[in-house]
Amino acid sequence: MPRPSQSRKIPVPLAGLLAAFAVLAGCSSPVKIADNAGAPVESRSTAPGGAAGSGGAAAQPAAQSQVTPVSVDPSAAAGAARVVYFDYDSFAVKDEYRPLVESQAKRLAANRSQRGSVEGHTDDRGGREYNLALGQKRAESVVRAMSLLGVQESQLEAVSFGKERPAVQGSDEAAWAKNRRAELKDR
Amino acid sequence: MPFMPPSPPSSTSRRSVVAAFGAAGLASAGVPAWSQFRVEITGVGATQLPVAIARFRDEDRAGPNAAIASIVRADLERSGQFRNLDAPGAMDETTVPAMPEWRSRGADALVMGSVSRLADGRWDVRYKLWDVVKGQDLGGQSLPVVTADLRLAAHRIADAVYERLTGDKGVFATRIAYVTRVANRYTLRITDADGEGGQVALTSVEPIISPAWSPDGRELAYVSFEQQKAIVYTQDVSSGQRRPVVNYKGSNSAPAWSPDGRQLVATLSRDGVAQLYAMGRDGSNPRRLTQSSAIDTEATFTPDGRSIYFVSDRGGGPQVYRMPAAGGNPERVTFGGAYNISPSVSPDGRTLAYISRVGGGTFRLHTMDVASGNVRALTDTNDDESPSFAPNGKLIIYASRAQGRDVLMTTTLDGAIKTRLLSSGVDVREPVWGPFNR
Repeated sequence: MPRPSQSRKIPVPLAGLLAAFAVLAGCSSPVKIADNAGAPVESRSTAPGGAAGSGGAAAQPAAQSQVTPVSVDPSAAAGAARVVYFDYDSFAVKDEYRPLVESQAKRLAANRSQRGSVEGHTDDRGGREYNLALGQKRAESVVRAMSLLGVQESQLEAVSFGKERPAVQGSDEAAWAKNRRAELKDR
Repeated sequence: MPFMPPSPPSSTSRRSVVAAFGAAGLASAGVPAWSQFRVEITGVGATQLPVAIARFRDEDRAGPNAAIASIVRADLERSGQFRNLDAPGAMDETTVPAMPEWRSRGADALVMGSVSRLADGRWDVRYKLWDVVKGQDLGGQSLPVVTADLRLAAHRIADAVYERLTGDKGVFATRIAYVTRVANRYTLRITDADGEGGQVALTSVEPIISPAWSPDGRELAYVSFEQQKAIVYTQDVSSGQRRPVVNYKGSNSAPAWSPDGRQLVATLSRDGVAQLYAMGRDGSNPRRLTQSSAIDTEATFTPDGRSIYFVSDRGGGPQVYRMPAAGGNPERVTFGGAYNISPSVSPDGRTLAYISRVGGGTFRLHTMDVASGNVRALTDTNDDESPSFAPNGKLIIYASRAQGRDVLMTTTLDGAIKTRLLSSGVDVREPVWGPFNR
């Protein structure tokens, strides 16, 4: 059923940037989208218990050449447990993911104010737009399963990233299998 | 109409010319100097007109942007219809060339010109074109431009020479839009048709796909995932003003402008599965165009605005269909192969370009003659995507993969002459060719 457009508004930091860039001369004015919109950051510091660097028991100074790798890969921090994987060219939620879908549905049904999204993804074969629509079908089938378990339609939005946000890189069946998925996320 | 008989076929069956110029000018425009074109002419018997483009008098006085002759040469080369000859000597548009000498060099046509400063600070770029064979003055022009438009002046001269010598309108002064990806940074760029003079329209940490030029060349519609879902935005490229125009529950994607610029067609999943909707250019009053339980997406209008080509998997796999622009009964258009997507219609409506899966996992650019249904494979690459016709219908730009990178290619409609936009460490994708207007 038709739902009025949710948008019509530009995020505040973006509006500021728009104004700033509008001043720039030239044919095309660039627009920059703020990249601090909740991009998860995963630090791989090996220091235990958050005692990063100083005050450790051994009190050994860190080597000046030490580099601590930081990953800002969103998929690495996105709660790996809440993912439903699909077979090739399939949109059916497999039996092995029933417990996951049921527990998430129960959680949402118990808390009507909780909102969430289901993000559908595909492997990297084929066109971007067609894959976007295929990923949407995967997300819709998870949402449908959760609706049957009592989740309100207004609580969940099925969306798709198509092939744009693979979980793993690679062009073999192992990589493809990890990328054909739907991710359940809270909002 | 051609004004002279075609020259004999080029004796070389494969040539490779790197046209790298104006690097300093690019740097001053704030654009990385990775954009260079490589022209690869493959196939036998390409008929090319030999032309000599002399260095424009005083072109170096206007700075690195003003390598006018080099830009004209590279443009003509890339079209596949011209072969550049050396043009030594100091000449300008007032020089009367010694025809026998140029004939002996094998030239059919000669371009000479100059760059001079005007009192208001602009530059006057002048040229004259000669038919060397007939010894005939084919006319010239004076183009007064600001410094930032010197490249554009060169492209306009290339367009004028191209049109005078081939009878077809040139596309060198048009623009293309595409998306680059460096790590997790997506950038929607707008450049001259040669990939140079690039400007940034949008940057984001989330994907940007499916840019589409408005018919007047002033706006781009595209899909951005910046709100963690697919939303269609339109953006005025000159001012940077942008707004979300299609944002319903689910995914909103694949924007297409009607030829009169008053309508958008987009793919919405608000009713469960991806279907086509028509709406005003501001997204108002969406009206469902397709009524299937399958995926319907990738709409594109025919140039007369009467029909829409789109992709549907209502028959099992994705195939190209055509229906009246107001909706109605779709008829299937593609029959060869199990996977045909991303239709693009030529400006005369006679040719359909699309991507067809060949064998198990090979995706190649194909064209179909709409009247006869005859199909031609244009490439031997494996990962072609997103074809888009040049506004004169003589070239197709598309995305492909080479050496592990997403690259942009142009090809002539016979597949014989291909050009690659070189990139170092940059994935380039989602090309779309702008209209004649800019």
